[in-house]
Amino acid sequence: MAVETTTRAKVRWGLLDVIVVVFALVPVLWIASLSFKTPATLTDGKFWPREWTLDNYRTIFDTDQFVRALVNSIGIALIATLIAVVLGAMAAYAISRLDFPGKKLLVGVSLLIAMFPQVSLVSPLFEIERQLGLFDTWPGLILPYITFALPLAIYTLSAFFKQIPWDLEKAAKMDGATQGQAFRRVIAPLAAPGLFTTAILVFIFCWNDFLFAISLTSTERSRTVPAALSFFTGASQFEDPTGAICAAAVVITVPIILFVLFFQRRIVSGLTSGAVKG
Amino acid sequence: MADIVLDKVSKRFPDGTTAVRDVDLEIADGEFVILVGPSGCGKSTTLNMIAGLEDISSGELRIAGERVNDKAPRDRDIAMVFQSYALYPNMTVRENMAFPLRLAKLDKETIHQKVEEAAKVLELTPLLDRKPANLSGGQRQRVAMGRAIVRQPKAFLMDEPLSNLDAKLRVQMRTVVSRLQKQLGTTTVYVTHDQTEAMTLGDRVVIMRGGAVQQVGPPQELYDHPRNLFVAGFIGSPSMNFLHAAVEDGHLRTALGDVPIGDRVRRQLDGADAPRELILGIRPEHFEDAALIDDETRRRGLEFDAPVDIVESMGSDKYVYFTVEGERASAAELEELAADAGAADFTGTGSSLVTRLSAESPVREGEPRRVWFNLEKIHLFDPSTGRNLTLHEGRASGALAD
Repeated sequence: MAVETTTRAKVRWGLLDVIVVVFALVPVLWIASLSFKTPATLTDGKFWPREWTLDNYRTIFDTDQFVRALVNSIGIALIATLIAVVLGAMAAYAISRLDFPGKKLLVGVSLLIAMFPQVSLVSPLFEIERQLGLFDTWPGLILPYITFALPLAIYTLSAFFKQIPWDLEKAAKMDGATQGQAFRRVIAPLAAPGLFTTAILVFIFCWNDFLFAISLTSTERSRTVPAALSFFTGASQFEDPTGAICAAAVVITVPIILFVLFFQRRIVSGLTSGAVKG
Repeated sequence: MADIVLDKVSKRFPDGTTAVRDVDLEIADGEFVILVGPSGCGKSTTLNMIAGLEDISSGELRIAGERVNDKAPRDRDIAMVFQSYALYPNMTVRENMAFPLRLAKLDKETIHQKVEEAAKVLELTPLLDRKPANLSGGQRQRVAMGRAIVRQPKAFLMDEPLSNLDAKLRVQMRTVVSRLQKQLGTTTVYVTHDQTEAMTLGDRVVIMRGGAVQQVGPPQELYDHPRNLFVAGFIGSPSMNFLHAAVEDGHLRTALGDVPIGDRVRRQLDGADAPRELILGIRPEHFEDAALIDDETRRRGLEFDAPVDIVESMGSDKYVYFTVEGERASAAELEELAADAGAADFTGTGSSLVTRLSAESPVREGEPRRVWFNLEKIHLFDPSTGRNLTLHEGRASGALAD
């Protein structure tokens, strides 16, 4: 940018940034703080815990309920992400490269799915899954997750594919590659940042989902963490589970943060620079 | 190594436009052929059809005698250099060049050897382990060429490979391309919109306009004996001057004075449907300062007086611009050429004339000057068809020929 930033402008922007960050982070930090408090000091209203304890964490990992839900969450989210990204990549590639009849319709319908209120589909899905025996199983959650993640995947990926110069593919074909080889060896490596970005978005969507998780499951067999949290009772029936819930919330938030931080480096654009002039 | 034959090849797009119309072309083994024309003339589409990147709507394409219409690009064994270079950014120069060989499933040792060889020819050896992002434009261009030559294909196709380079580098790379082609002796089809590249590089030049071939021939032949107005105007820099010429009993009335015509041209103007108006074409170098020529030469041409607009001294000679009164020459071809040159909206009174005079000429801006021009080098065109009326059996013979 050619405009020189003055010190005053820097301070003003800095303040604004701090406000936004604090606004977004306070609830998260509050939960983290609660998760370290003892039951006695839980409601003291202090941000900084007076008595530190790891009991809440011990509690949740002691209960089979939470560990089982964590396994379900990871498994279901990973499988759904993998399938959605692979299918989405193929669809997005076709959309960005080919001019086939009904392309506009396809894109429109996928957008429609993304805009459809999910809550209105819960009852029909519940009925369908019960009839098909998918209720309270992993596929019972994976399938709707893929359905609702696909539009997202197709949209982000086709934007990425459109950035890749078509000449590269032509060059690969001239060099003796089949359509498949051109995609795997030239296009896919270049679309890697896009694939990672999409994967993260889809994973977060699956990981955070509560609506389907609570409606389409009934036992620990397939209940994911967000749903399991609502069934939390704490160590004993009479204990207030707030601390444990907070600890569980922290535990399921951390992987997402790590995930994003880890892959952020791969989302750096500029991987395609040097392919073509300009 | 192979010959390439295009037999009535056409390309129609689904929306009904015809990009290429009945192109007949025989490219001999080892020949360097240039496809040239303004943008949208179908030259790139033709190249893409030879490559197999575009389907052929009708007609037949034969490479080494074999019909390849329905073959995929990878089965045609031809290599292509793209305008954008299209290097794989995730691979090093070495990997880029090895890519076609790896796809051909050659063993590692052979691949290594071939890449080293090609790199040596193109002086890329010190760059082999760099990524394309860390190369200059000229280096990328050479890598793109390296990737094409490394597997010794039957033919090279080049789609405006030099147009992204700056002017100086382009001239340099032109000689590299030319030398490389001679050295390898591989059949090459080269697409460009730059007539200078076309003139300097090719064994033969194919001039295209609106999807159709206008003329095919060695560069000098196209320059000296253009078949029509379009070819005459496209080839040459500065381009040929065109003037309006009215046919009046036995001579042509032009802004340069009355031009006599010989029997051969007259016969063509006798018919009932013969044009009453012509376009006179003359190249800048066929003018000369009237004070500098001997009587022998003087008899072969005519002289006129005109005020000098601009003088550009090139050292070896002078480009002198005149404005002459009279109607402008107008024809669809000329408008198209002007639009391609970006001068469509340039309108002045009278016609502008570019001449190339000897460096000794004492011509000065703003002063009138007497200028001679060679009648034997004049071309006459029919404005409605664009046909060159002075062309006889493929040879242009001037206005006076009997």
